[in-house]
Order: sequence, then structure tokens, then C-alpha cells
Amino acid sequence: MAYRFDFAAVWDYAPVLAHGLALTVVLTVASTALGIAVGVAGAAARTASHPLPRRLVAVYVEAIRNTPFLVQLFFVFFGLPSLGIRIGEWQAALLAMVINLGAYSTEIIRAGIEATPRGQIEAGESLAMSRAQVFRHVILVPALRRIWPALSSQVVIVMLGSSVCSQIAVEELSFAANFIQSRNFRPFEVYFVATALYLGLAVATRWVLARVGGAAFGRRRHG
Amino acid sequence: MVDFTLWDIVSNLALAARWTVLLSLVAFACGGVVGLAVTLARVAPVPALRRAAMLYIELFQGTPLLMQLFVIFFALPLMGVETTPWAAAAVALTLFTSAYLAEIWRGCVDSTSRGQWEASAALAMSYGQQMRYVILPQALRLAVAPTVGFSVQVIKGTAVTSIIGFVELTKAGTMIVNATFQPFLVYGLVGLFYFVLCYPLSAAARRLERNLVHVAR
Repeated sequence: MAYRFDFAAVWDYAPVLAHGLALTVVLTVASTALGIAVGVAGAAARTASHPLPRRLVAVYVEAIRNTPFLVQLFFVFFGLPSLGIRIGEWQAALLAMVINLGAYSTEIIRAGIEATPRGQIEAGESLAMSRAQVFRHVILVPALRRIWPALSSQVVIVMLGSSVCSQIAVEELSFAANFIQSRNFRPFEVYFVATALYLGLAVATRWVLARVGGAAFGRRRHG
Repeated sequence: MVDFTLWDIVSNLALAARWTVLLSLVAFACGGVVGLAVTLARVAPVPALRRAAMLYIELFQGTPLLMQLFVIFFALPLMGVETTPWAAAAVALTLFTSAYLAEIWRGCVDSTSRGQWEASAALAMSYGQQMRYVILPQALRLAVAPTVGFSVQVIKGTAVTSIIGFVELTKAGTMIVNATFQPFLVYGLVGLFYFVLCYPLSAAARRLERNLVHVAR
């Protein structure tokens, strides 16, 4: 007997999917903002003159980049409470995503910073700019402009990776899909639709980030 | 309750890690073969093939591995194939790997200069000969470092297969946590196992990349 697809069975649960989609968006936006902030701080520490912050950040980056996000999430959600730190599934998901994106963006932003021509820093200093001014205007902003496409790709990867947060009962898009298929017994149709929604979200994320990058750093110039 | 000593935990994780390694190897080998085919389609002189390959890459890079796993897990029975977590995991990771490798390798093929294509065309080489003798050997040299780097993503990707019930490192960790109630220790060890598997590959990728830059200069 041939299988009969029934996508109407998914449509009945459209509000549940919409709710999940909204939570995925909120998680992504929050973790992107905080993760990039961690990345800027990490990259600044990584290029510091003192070796201690440099080494600490290097350990953090390598530890995160060489372990799966799912394990990081479990470690935060199940591990921290056993140390007496009470943490809800929401905070755990956000914390794990920020830690994860923070490590990758540290590495990406550092690469952008290291590509700053020496002469530009010297030019900034010769204009009597303070160290903070040089870092902000001469080093950081051009670096962000340079690496924005790479950073955007990483944000998309983190957004897609957030699907495993369903495993600690965060009610985002995959959680909604799991819930629906447990009700209507149409797993293929449900996961197919959820996958399509993620694809749309990935395209939208890229589009939004390109706009944000354009608005924040202006048109890409040489260098 | 079963008493788990530290050694019990470590040895059980080590046993489960074999499945992580095996799945990674299968995904990487099969994904490499499929990925090469997709790469060739992606740079083919036939627009329809190019577009199909682009769509394939976009599809797998724009959706979560977890959803791919679920769709395949529930799609295989519809095609009359009996699904096991192992089969679904191997198929999903192969497709996932092939899409990313195809995109990486396309970049390498694209970065061989136009002059190479023109020179080999001037020597009356066929498209197949150009690929085989001129373009691919040069692209291959560029591809080594990012390919090794991507293998880390494959190993980390296998963790997600624990969710469909494939017993590898992460799943074993969860099972041990359920028996010992020591999540901090056990997930810490699980992370350490992944680190031991992944870090040498990350370091090798970095070294290869550095060597390549020196050669290029």
C-alpha cells in the first residue's frame, strides 16, 4: 500500500509551530547580540600584550570549538545545577549558545583584527588618538566590516544548531515538531515542514545580517 | 543502583567512542565520494547540473542536522527500507558531509586561475582531461587544510545522532548520567573525549594551512 501524505494534519497545529518558530528567533537574536559581544571582548583579550588573558581565551576557544554543542548544552543544563547553580532550561540554552558563538566569533574577529595593516594603527596614534579610540575606530570597526560575512555564516550555524535545545525541553521549533508528531502520528510530514521553516529562517537570517552589516559598517571598501 | 567507579565511567565512554569514530569515518568516506560528485556537478559547464548542485548544498547547509536526521529516519520506511538508528545516522551524516565538502571543494576549484583553464583548452584538452590533469590536482592541494578542518565538524555532528537513539559517546554519557547522577563529571569527561578526538585534527588543519601560505608566497 502506498503511503498517503497528509500535510493538513500539520496545518492543524500551525499555532504550535508559529510559537516554536518565534522562540527560535528570540533565542537566535539574543545569543547573536551577546555572542558577538563576547567575541569582541575575547578577540581584544586574544590580541592583548599580556600573555595570561591571551592564553585563557585560547583555552576557552579551543575547548568550545572541539566539542559538540549538544554536550556543551548538557554540561550547562545538567552539570551546573549539580554544583549548586540553579539554572532553567531557557537560561541554559541561551548561555550555551552565547558561550558557543562567543568562541567562534572570538576566532573570526581575531582574524579580522590581525589583518589590520600596522601603518593604520601608527597613523591613528600619530593623530593623537587614545588607545581606546585606536582600538575602536582603526582596529575593531574595519575588522568587523572585513569578517562580517564569516560571522553571519556562523550565526546561521548557531541558529540551526539551536534545534538540539529541544532536548532540554526548550519549546523552540524542533520541540514543537516533536510535540506535534507525538499527537498526530505524522512524523515525516511534521519534520518536513519544520525543516522547510528552518530553511526559510536561514535565508531570512542571512538577509537580515547583510542588511545589519550594511547599515552598521557602510559599504564594503578596500581592506 | 549500580556502583560506577571513575574507571567504569571512563571505560564505558571509551567503548562508546568507538561508535563515534566509526560513524565519523563512514560519514567522511561516503560523504567524500558523494561530495566529489556534487562538486563536479557544481562546477559543470551544464547550467541545470550547476543549479541542482547549488540547491542540494543550500538545502543541507540551510537546515539543522537534527531535522535532516528525523526526516530521513521517518522517510526511509516510506521508501520500504527498514530504519535503524545506525542507518539513518549514516545516511544523514553522509548527505550533510557531502554538501559541506562540495562547497569547500568548489571554492578550491574556483580559485585555480582562469589562465589554467584557457591554457589547457589551448592544448586541445577535453573537459574531462582539463579536470583530471590540470584543475583537480591544483585544487586538491588547496583543499587539504579545509577538508581536515571540516572533519572536526563531522565528529561533532555525530553527537546529534544520540537523539534518534544511536548509542555513541553522547548517548552513552546520558545513560551513565542516568545511572550515576553525576552529570558534571560525566558530561565533562564526554567533552574531554571529543576534545581528544577533535583537537589533533584542528591543530593539523591549522598547520597545513600555514604551510600552504608559505608555499604560496
